[in-house]
Amino acid sequence: MAADSSKIAAPSADKRWRLVDNVMRRHGYRADGLIESLHAVQESFGYLDDVSLRFVAASLRLPPSKVYGVATFYHFFTLKPQGEHTCVVCLGTACYIKGAQKILDRIEQDYGIKPGETTPDNKLSVLTARCIGSCGLAPAVVIDGTMSGKLTADETAEHICRCVGA
Amino acid sequence: MIPDELKAITDAETEASAKVRCRLNVCMAAGCQSCHGDKVLKALQAEVASRKLEGVEVRGVGCLGLCAEGPLVLVDPEHVLYQRVQAEDAADIVAALGGKPVKRLVCSLETPFFKRQKFIVLENSGKINPERLEDYVAHRGYEALATCLTERQPPEVVAEVLASGLRGRGGAGFPTGLKWQMVAKAAGPKKYIICNGDEGDPGAFMDRSVLESDPHRVLEGMALAGYAVGADHGYVYVRAEYPLAVKRLNNAIKQAQKAGLLGPSICDTAFTFNVEVRLGAGAFVCGEETALIASVEGRRGQPRPRPPFPAEAGLWGCPTLINNVETFANIPPIMREGGKWFAGIGTEKSKGTKVFALAGRVCNTGLIEVPMGITLREIIFDIGGGIPEGRKFKAVQTGGPSGGCIPEQFLDMPVDYDSLAKVGSIMGSGGMIVMDESSCMVDVAKFFMEFCRTESCGKCVPCRVGTAQMHNLLSSICAGTATMDDLALLERLCDTVKFTSLCGLGQSSPNPVLTTLRYFRHEYLAHITDKRCPAGVCNIHSLAEVHA
Repeated sequence: MAADSSKIAAPSADKRWRLVDNVMRRHGYRADGLIESLHAVQESFGYLDDVSLRFVAASLRLPPSKVYGVATFYHFFTLKPQGEHTCVVCLGTACYIKGAQKILDRIEQDYGIKPGETTPDNKLSVLTARCIGSCGLAPAVVIDGTMSGKLTADETAEHICRCVGA
Repeated sequence: MIPDELKAITDAETEASAKVRCRLNVCMAAGCQSCHGDKVLKALQAEVASRKLEGVEVRGVGCLGLCAEGPLVLVDPEHVLYQRVQAEDAADIVAALGGKPVKRLVCSLETPFFKRQKFIVLENSGKINPERLEDYVAHRGYEALATCLTERQPPEVVAEVLASGLRGRGGAGFPTGLKWQMVAKAAGPKKYIICNGDEGDPGAFMDRSVLESDPHRVLEGMALAGYAVGADHGYVYVRAEYPLAVKRLNNAIKQAQKAGLLGPSICDTAFTFNVEVRLGAGAFVCGEETALIASVEGRRGQPRPRPPFPAEAGLWGCPTLINNVETFANIPPIMREGGKWFAGIGTEKSKGTKVFALAGRVCNTGLIEVPMGITLREIIFDIGGGIPEGRKFKAVQTGGPSGGCIPEQFLDMPVDYDSLAKVGSIMGSGGMIVMDESSCMVDVAKFFMEFCRTESCGKCVPCRVGTAQMHNLLSSICAGTATMDDLALLERLCDTVKFTSLCGLGQSSPNPVLTTLRYFRHEYLAHITDKRCPAGVCNIHSLAEVHA
């Protein structure tokens, strides 16, 4: 097909673009592979920036407005780079009832950042999740991809300290 | 793969398990993994290896249910359940095999939590290794598919589902058989099956557990649906927040393809069925079927008016059958045991069982499956073990942001679609959050409204603007700055949003407010007129501050 011969060149020699391209190719560079492609970008680079959005748009032959529209519609996608460490606090109902807000308050008190923000030294980002489905272990937080449950604000603070301080 | 080959697998498995004297089943669902269940599994394996024990198998299984006490290890054939196991306990557990169980770790299986449940959807959960096709087959997996493909016509399959009285487990409770019939009758050369695993309700994790514990069951259900309605392609739409479920599902699809249970010419018949996984990206509205379809097509998940219903014009304009994960998981046992058998369980209008994610202020948090018609009191106080720390029960929330808060006076009400609707809530997908006196009901209503406000897709005005206004009003009630006029306005807005929104998200978003107003109006009034929060949750400004 023509799609292959006019393949869009990757923005740089970074090998991670190959991973993104693999996913787009698996979906035949069709428009319905857009969300999967954005997942691939975020998994490889940590976030979606202008360069990657333009690359995906060109490769799937979609107007940039469509791609930007999808990238901003879904909460899972982030357009900002994250800090070295991330702490996701689940704000599902069970976690909320069991004091997730106290954990967020504690983080704000300790690091001066609110959900969606990153510390000035780029060490820690704090995020919230709608529900990570670990309601049986509420309140739950995910620190650097590892989930821990039944935490108090103090225990969470200790956990974060151990990760960031190291 | 043909029925004989399935039997051969079963026989081989039976033979292999005859050599196993003892089995250590370690829960490998996300809950137990997060409390280091994987380390327990490794430690047990190492211990068994170092003692050179013969006939002892250590394996990972799906959810064992009692998430609150994880990591869990079930020892068979003794049928002893160990709770809160740590890697250091491995030596003691292995040493105790065949003898007296390790007392300090034992969790009684004689409690109502285990005794009062009835397993259909979760029949294999905790019994099989979700990463092995052979385990599923040995537990009569794919038997229904093989039998239907070789012995029954598609209309017979639809008729069986109709006879079962199964209703959609995603929340609304539309009769599944009718939906299948509509898609089967719809004209068109191409049809699709979509499995809705976009479990967006905060406080619900049934779909996650089913996909993590028994992924092949969902695939079998989808293939049966494909055969019944004449579709050859299916999508499973799963939340990206569930990486373990996605991994196990992808693994299951590969295994089924390799075994010829998915793909072309299944069971040597003309039936072809392929399944693809599509990742969600965190949008609650994608649980709505037309929004979900938009998302599978790679677009923003915005719903559209119905009709036409997806059964007539769905994915890429083709007739599409959308069912929830739990609905599909019910299909193989219905085909195996018959619709009549299924219809014999539950109540007159709600058949079968329902899986609930029991969480919040209740002793035994975890995943449970109960027959329809059981009372809320039985679920919360018998199975759930009541409220911890001797506190008092206040309300139970079902149906997530689209549902309502049910007070104590209805605890003896049977749990079924119609009874829950009567008190202003919904069955929903199965999240059940218990609240005690430490929860402020206005704050809870505000929490859900905040959720709906951010999750509103923005397409229709009542939902986009209405949820924001309702959230503002609830915030000022919580802050103690609202007047009785504000309350009247809130009630009017609830009506407007409920009756004029485009899709289910907006239409049901006032439910948490309406039910709390109905049953806990005194709490609203306390905030407005007395400027105090009875539960002590809200940060109410003093009167002087308000007037300043």
